[in-house]
Amino acid sequence: MRIPPAALIGLFFTALYFLMAIFAPLIAPYGMAEVVSNDIWLPPSSEFLLGTDNLGRDLLSRMIYGGRTTIFIATAATLISFTTGSILGFFAAVVGDWVDQALSRFVDLIMSIPSLILALVILSVTPITVGVLIVIMGFLDATRVFRLARAVAVDINVMDYVEAAKLRGEGRGWIIFREILPNALSPLVAEMGLRFIFMVLFISTLSFLGLGVQPPAADWGGIVKENAEGITYGIGAALYPAIAISTLAISVNLVADWVLNRTTSLKGGRG
Amino acid sequence: MSDNLLKVRGLKIGATVYPPGEKPHDIKIVHGVDCDLEKGKVLGLIGESGAGKSTIGLATMAYGRGGVELTGGEVWVNDRDILASAQGDIRSLRGGEVTYVSQSAAASFNPAKQIMEQVTEAAIGHGKFSKKEAEERAVTLFRKLGLPDPENIGKRYPHQVSGGQLQRCMTALALCPEPDLVVFDEPTTALDVTTQIDVLAAIKEAIRDTGVAALYITHDLAVVAQVSDDIMVLRHGNTVEYGTTDQIINAPQEEYTQALVSVRSIEHEEKQPTPEPLLTVQNITARYKGTKFDVLHDVTVDLHPGQTLAVVGESGSGKSTLARVITGLLPPRDGTINFAGRMLSKDLGNRTKEDLRELQMIYQMADVAMNPRQTVGTIIGRPLEFYFGLKGAEKRKRVIELLDEIEMGSEFIDRYPAELSGGQKQRVCIARALAAKPKLIICDEVTSALDPLVADGILKLLLQLQKIEDVAYLFITHDLATVKAIADSIAVMYQGKVQRYGSKSHVLTPPFDDYTDLLLSSVPEMKLGWLEDVIANRKMESAGN
Repeated sequence: MRIPPAALIGLFFTALYFLMAIFAPLIAPYGMAEVVSNDIWLPPSSEFLLGTDNLGRDLLSRMIYGGRTTIFIATAATLISFTTGSILGFFAAVVGDWVDQALSRFVDLIMSIPSLILALVILSVTPITVGVLIVIMGFLDATRVFRLARAVAVDINVMDYVEAAKLRGEGRGWIIFREILPNALSPLVAEMGLRFIFMVLFISTLSFLGLGVQPPAADWGGIVKENAEGITYGIGAALYPAIAISTLAISVNLVADWVLNRTTSLKGGRG
Repeated sequence: MSDNLLKVRGLKIGATVYPPGEKPHDIKIVHGVDCDLEKGKVLGLIGESGAGKSTIGLATMAYGRGGVELTGGEVWVNDRDILASAQGDIRSLRGGEVTYVSQSAAASFNPAKQIMEQVTEAAIGHGKFSKKEAEERAVTLFRKLGLPDPENIGKRYPHQVSGGQLQRCMTALALCPEPDLVVFDEPTTALDVTTQIDVLAAIKEAIRDTGVAALYITHDLAVVAQVSDDIMVLRHGNTVEYGTTDQIINAPQEEYTQALVSVRSIEHEEKQPTPEPLLTVQNITARYKGTKFDVLHDVTVDLHPGQTLAVVGESGSGKSTLARVITGLLPPRDGTINFAGRMLSKDLGNRTKEDLRELQMIYQMADVAMNPRQTVGTIIGRPLEFYFGLKGAEKRKRVIELLDEIEMGSEFIDRYPAELSGGQKQRVCIARALAAKPKLIICDEVTSALDPLVADGILKLLLQLQKIEDVAYLFITHDLATVKAIADSIAVMYQGKVQRYGSKSHVLTPPFDDYTDLLLSSVPEMKLGWLEDVIANRKMESAGN
């Protein structure tokens, strides 16, 4: 199998960020919230590779720990949104009738409200912990996954092999997990990459607005917020997390594109 | 040889394929084919799918479809080698000197434009006629092709005429620029049998009257025998036999051609009805959800154990709907279904596991009737596990037995559907149905998507399995030749009603009602001059007209 260069670049950076997230305590030169200098916003030096932040903490260490938080929350939320979204989507497609109507209209209702605003409203009345953040983000994003999963499953549901299974007397569990899921997996996996990026952007936005990860815990959106003021003084500390967010988004996108291409070529296209 | 309009020498065609998980590689589709066509003659190209017949047809326009490359040989049209010609020359050739009629007229016409505009487009575009001349010529062609209201039909949009009429419009489109050669690519395959005959007759007459030469591509030897002067039999991109129509039909030399000519010669002795029918469908009336139109009216038929009831009709006659009602997928509005001495619930959800097991179904498209992500072993094994609780080695043993029964070996057990040929796929579907040990199998157009020889094999297998397993078939088909081969009793359906019903000998013996007569006489026979006889003798216009 030949991997195109764009996908290779994507794979490299994605792997790099994930490894950094997993092994953060081993890699980071200092502690996450450890104040290492009396000077704030020190320029990069051999001691502090990316300089220090607005409270005199090592920026590189905060970046590494921040990546760990951001990637962990995004991954967990993506998993939640995928399991609930796709199972409900398949269920709606297979059962049809009023179940489908009820679920679909409910999802329309949620989707008609911009998810950021809805998230801000919910977070303003709930305690802000990582667990709550993951559940809220996962739940809001599940509506999008529901849409896709339902659309794919509706197409598969009318195939003769599904009809054959129904005529055999198979239950819904078999039809959803054995007949539909294996055939819906490729488009869903490709979509998963894109949803993950949205999750990264979503949690970063929330943190930037102050309703995401709470200090002193670090995450990329929060680091941008903490150091945003420095931009006025020509200090680039806020740019590093911004660059990290965008490179992660782009590289995951490149991988997702490649996966999607490969799956379409399985269906007879020329990817 | 100046009267030779088309001369093909050593034509080689290849393509690059992109199999999933493998490196792209080149394959050869046509391995050096020669043929000649004089002005005013018709050459029939015949073969099963993958024989390269359409590819050769398109090569006469110096065209290769989607990644297909003309790799070698010469194609001479009007004494010039078009494969070596410049792009500009090819432009004037396509749609000017050589035109093309495709299988699906519905997919080839632009739905947003009137028929006249599309029919005259090439003739005007190539500068052969002015707009007025082209339109006059089109009207003449419409008349010649037997289209109703030839002066005004051009003002209609493609969806406002029937399938058979649209196919004739496409023939008019091809003939309008006064081409020297027309390539007909399966022009009647997608049509109902009674419509096919009209289109066939119209095409034949138009070819004769305009003196154009034609390449007629089809998989149906009986059809090509009616229109062509010469026939070339192709297989896997090679010429099997090439001769006059008379010689090919009456004295085929090659074994493969002989098999094609003698296809559907299955003999089946009609069985006598038993005292107790297995299935009794009584006064069924049904319509689809949300519609106000009954697709089935008062349908009553019986099927006896171990026998075959053929339900015949054209598309839209309600024969597949009848199958959906019997399986419970479409609860009828009225009527009852008795099966094996008990009343079946109208709704699939209320049927017992035993009801479901004893009533199995085989589909037309074996491709989509099997989950592409399951192996043959899983597909055949699932009913064994589901109905009989077989597991592990026991299940595997039974799967292998079933594979033997359908004349495939145990080596297929771990293959995926994509790794099987069309005929093998249909065999696996048969094995899946048999695995449930059913009393009745509903066969919905099971041979329609297969090549004639493969279909023949499937029919023989079904008959043989009926003897071994004593299973009854409800055989839904539009193909009367199939019916003659395997049925014990026949129900002819027309517009949702049973038009004629009884034992095979009764239904196929005159006197006929008008529709049955039309249907029976429309089945192409492997004999010269059949088309003219039928057109001269029939009592009723075709349903699609």
